[in-house]
Amino acid sequence: MLEQNNTYQPKIVAFCCNWCSYAGADGAGTARKHYPANIKIIKVPCSCRVNPLFILRAFARGADGVILCGCHPGDCHYTTGNYFTRRRMTLLLSMLDYLGVAGDRFRVEWVSAAEGARFAEVMNNFAAHIAALGKNVKLRDLRCAK
Amino acid sequence: MYKISKENLPKLYTALAQQGRLLLPCQNKDGKTDFADYTVTAKVNLAATLTARSAKDVFFPQVENLLKFSAQGKKLSLEQILPSSETVIVMGVRACDARSFKILDRVFLKEPVDSYYQARRENTLLIGLGCTAPEETCFCHAFGIDADKPETDVQTWLTEDSLYWLPVTKKGEALSEKLGALLELADETEQKKVEEQAAVTKKILNLLPLHDFKINDKLPANELKVFNSKVWEKLSSSCLSCCTCTYICPTCHCYDIRDYQAGEGKTERFRCWDSCMAGDFTKMAHGNPRKTRLERFRQRYMHKLVYFPENNDGVYACVGCGRCLQKCPVNLNIVKVAKALEVSEDV
Amino acid sequence: MRKIEKLMREKAAELLADGAVDRVLAWRRGEFFYDNAPAFFADAKECEQIVYDEFCPANLCKYLLQTSSKGLKAAVFLKPCDTYGVNQLLKDNRIKRELVHAVGTPCSGMLDIKKIKTAGAKGIIKVEAAGDEVIVTTALGEIKLPKAELLLDKCRMCKGNEYKIADEELGEKLPTPVFVGDKFAAVKAIEAMPPEEKFAFWQQELSKCIRCNACRDICPACTCEQCIFDHPESPVAGKAYADPVEEQFFHIIRAYHVAGRCVGCGECARVCPQGVKLGLLNMKFMKDINTFFGPYQAGADAVTPAPQVDYKQNDYEVSIAVAGKRGK
Repeated sequence: MLEQNNTYQPKIVAFCCNWCSYAGADGAGTARKHYPANIKIIKVPCSCRVNPLFILRAFARGADGVILCGCHPGDCHYTTGNYFTRRRMTLLLSMLDYLGVAGDRFRVEWVSAAEGARFAEVMNNFAAHIAALGKNVKLRDLRCAK
Repeated sequence: MYKISKENLPKLYTALAQQGRLLLPCQNKDGKTDFADYTVTAKVNLAATLTARSAKDVFFPQVENLLKFSAQGKKLSLEQILPSSETVIVMGVRACDARSFKILDRVFLKEPVDSYYQARRENTLLIGLGCTAPEETCFCHAFGIDADKPETDVQTWLTEDSLYWLPVTKKGEALSEKLGALLELADETEQKKVEEQAAVTKKILNLLPLHDFKINDKLPANELKVFNSKVWEKLSSSCLSCCTCTYICPTCHCYDIRDYQAGEGKTERFRCWDSCMAGDFTKMAHGNPRKTRLERFRQRYMHKLVYFPENNDGVYACVGCGRCLQKCPVNLNIVKVAKALEVSEDV
Repeated sequence: MRKIEKLMREKAAELLADGAVDRVLAWRRGEFFYDNAPAFFADAKECEQIVYDEFCPANLCKYLLQTSSKGLKAAVFLKPCDTYGVNQLLKDNRIKRELVHAVGTPCSGMLDIKKIKTAGAKGIIKVEAAGDEVIVTTALGEIKLPKAELLLDKCRMCKGNEYKIADEELGEKLPTPVFVGDKFAAVKAIEAMPPEEKFAFWQQELSKCIRCNACRDICPACTCEQCIFDHPESPVAGKAYADPVEEQFFHIIRAYHVAGRCVGCGECARVCPQGVKLGLLNMKFMKDINTFFGPYQAGADAVTPAPQVDYKQNDYEVSIAVAGKRGK
C-alpha cells in the first residue's frame, strides 16, 4: 500500500510553543532548511497549554501523526510549564501504547528558538516515520469526511 | 405443539439463521449472557433466566442514523437512511421482555408513527422462552404477565431433554412450516410435562420475596398527592443520576437527536438513547427544566407509575424484569419506590 | 458484624441527638439481604434502620459533596478503603473538613452477590455469613460456600485496615483480606501483548460499555461541576457511541482525568452494569505513576501534591513510556 504510493502524504499536526519551537520553525525557514508542507503547525503559548484531548481529537479528525514541541525542560518561558507537559504526556503516551493505538504516532520533542536546523530535522524524521506507518485507522472517527 | 431434542438444537439454529439474522442469548467469555448474532462457535445459553439487556436494541438501537445531508453552495441534498429490510429472528425472549415490546409499541406506533421503529418491528419475528428458574428480583406477575407464556410469535419451553415449540401468530406458523421435518409433533404426555414444569415455576415464584408485590392502582388517580409527597426527598438522596436504570430498562425509550459535522458541508443526523436522569437531558437554551436530582428522579417514576398508565389504559411502563434491582450502583429501584409510596402517609 | 452494626446505630443516634451533626451517612436494608443501599439519616429515631454487614460495599464519601455544598455537617461511616476517598475529596477542595465527621468502621471484606449467583444460587431468599462460610437460602434449597471465594474483586486487593482519616473509630479493627502477589500482574499481562492483540482486547472490552456513566458518578475523584462529557459543545459529549473510536475516548479520557487522583477504591469496576474491566485502565496509570514519578498512593493523606500537579527537574523524558518498544 505504501511502497507503491509515492503520492501518499501523511497528515501531521504539530503543536509548537510560541517562544521556543515556533521560533525554531521560523529559524528553519530563514535558514532555508526544508521540512514537509503536510505538517500543520498550531501555535500555543506554552507546550503545557496542550490538553491531551487536543491530541486525541487531532487523531479522531484524521491526523496520522501528532508531534508536540516545546522549550527544553529548564528553559520554559513560563519557568515550569514544560515540566508539567513532560509528566502529562508521559502518561498519555503510555496509555495510547497500552490501548494498542497511536503509541508510535505521537511524539514529544524539545526544540529551542536557536535550533532551526534541528526543527527541520525533527520534522523530517517524524514525517518519514509516519509515512512508513501509513494512515491512522485505529483512532480515526469514521464519520469524518475524507 | 412440536418438539426438538436438545442435541438437534444446533440444526434448528442453523435453519433459523437461513431465514434471517438470528439473535440468541449467548454467553461471552466473562460469563455474561446477552443477545448476540448466532455463529457456530457462539455459546448459546438458554438457561440464563435473564439476558443482560432486553432485545429492545433490535427495534430501537442505541445509536441510529436517520439522515445525511450535505450542502454545496446553496444546494442542500438530503438522504434518508432507512433501516435494512432483512428479517430478524430473536429467540429466547422472556415473557417480561415480550410484554415490554408491546409497551414500546404504544409509544412508537402511535400517530405519528416512527417509521424506523415500525420497519424494524415488522421485519422481526420473536420466539419466546418460558421461565423455569425465576430470580428473586423477578416480579412480572405484578403486571399480569405469565412467566410461562411469553406474548411472542412462537412460544417455546426447555425441559431436560427437549425444546417444545408452539406457533402462536401467523408469522410463527409460517416460520414453523419452513422448518419442516426438524420439528416433530409432541404427544399428550409430553405436553403435560410442559404444563407440570409451569406449575413448578409458579411454586418457586410463590416462595420468592416479591411474590406478593403489587403496585397500588390508586396512584394515577392521586397524581398531585404523589407528586408533592415528601417521600421523594428520601428516595432520591442517594441516587447518582447515572443512566444505568434507563439504559437497561426494557421499556425506557427516551432519545436525543444530534447532528455530527462530518466536515466539508456534510452532516449526519443520528438519534441515540438519552436518559431522563442525566443532568443535560432535554437541555434547552435556559438549561434543563428539571434542575435538581429529586425532580428528575421523581419524573422517572411518575412517568412509569402514574403518567404512562393515565395515558395508556392503566398499563404501567414496567414489566417486572428486575434488571434495575440487579444493576443500580446504589441499589435503588422501582420496587423500593412503589413500596415507599404505598406506606407514605401523604399519598 | 452484628456487634459493629449495633455500635453504628448507637453512634449515629448519639451524634444526631446531640446536634453534633446534621446528617449521618450509612446504609439501609434493601429487599433481599444483599442490596443494602446508601442512605442519609437526619433523625436519631430513624437510626434503628441502619444496617451494616457483609453487603455494604458502597463508598459513602461521594455523598459528602451533597452535604458539604448545603453547609450541613455529616457523620460518615468509612471502611478503611473509603477513607482514602475522603482525603482525595479534601485535597481536591471539594468538601470542607469542618463539615465532615469521619467514623472509622471495621471491615473484613465485602461479599459479591454476583459470585454467589454464579456459584449456582437462584431465587435467593436469605444470605448469612458465618465465620469462613456463607449460607445461602434459596427457593430451590440451601447452599454453603467458602467466604474467601465470594469476596468482591476490590476486597481481594485490600490496602489494609488502617484508617487514613478518622475523627473517631467504631469498635476494634478487624483483620482484612491479605493480598499475595503482584497487584499489577493483570496490567503487565496486557502490556506484554503485541499492539494488534492489545487493540483487539480493548476493542472488545470497551465495546461492552453503554455509556451509563455509573463509573463516573460513583468515583470520588470525578467531581467536576460541569463534566466534559455533559457539555453539549464538547467534542466528546456523545451520549452513545456513534463511532467505534468514541468508545475508547470516554474511557481514555476519564481514566486520564483521574490519573494520580484515583485512590483504587474499586467502585467503578464494581458498579459497571456491563462488567467492563475498568480496573485495568486505572491500575495502568497507577503503575505508570509509580514507575515514572515515584511511588504514590492517592488519598493516603490530604496534603501530598498529586503527581500530575507536581514535577521534578530530572523527570524522565516522555519517550520512556515506550522505551524499548520503538526502534528509535
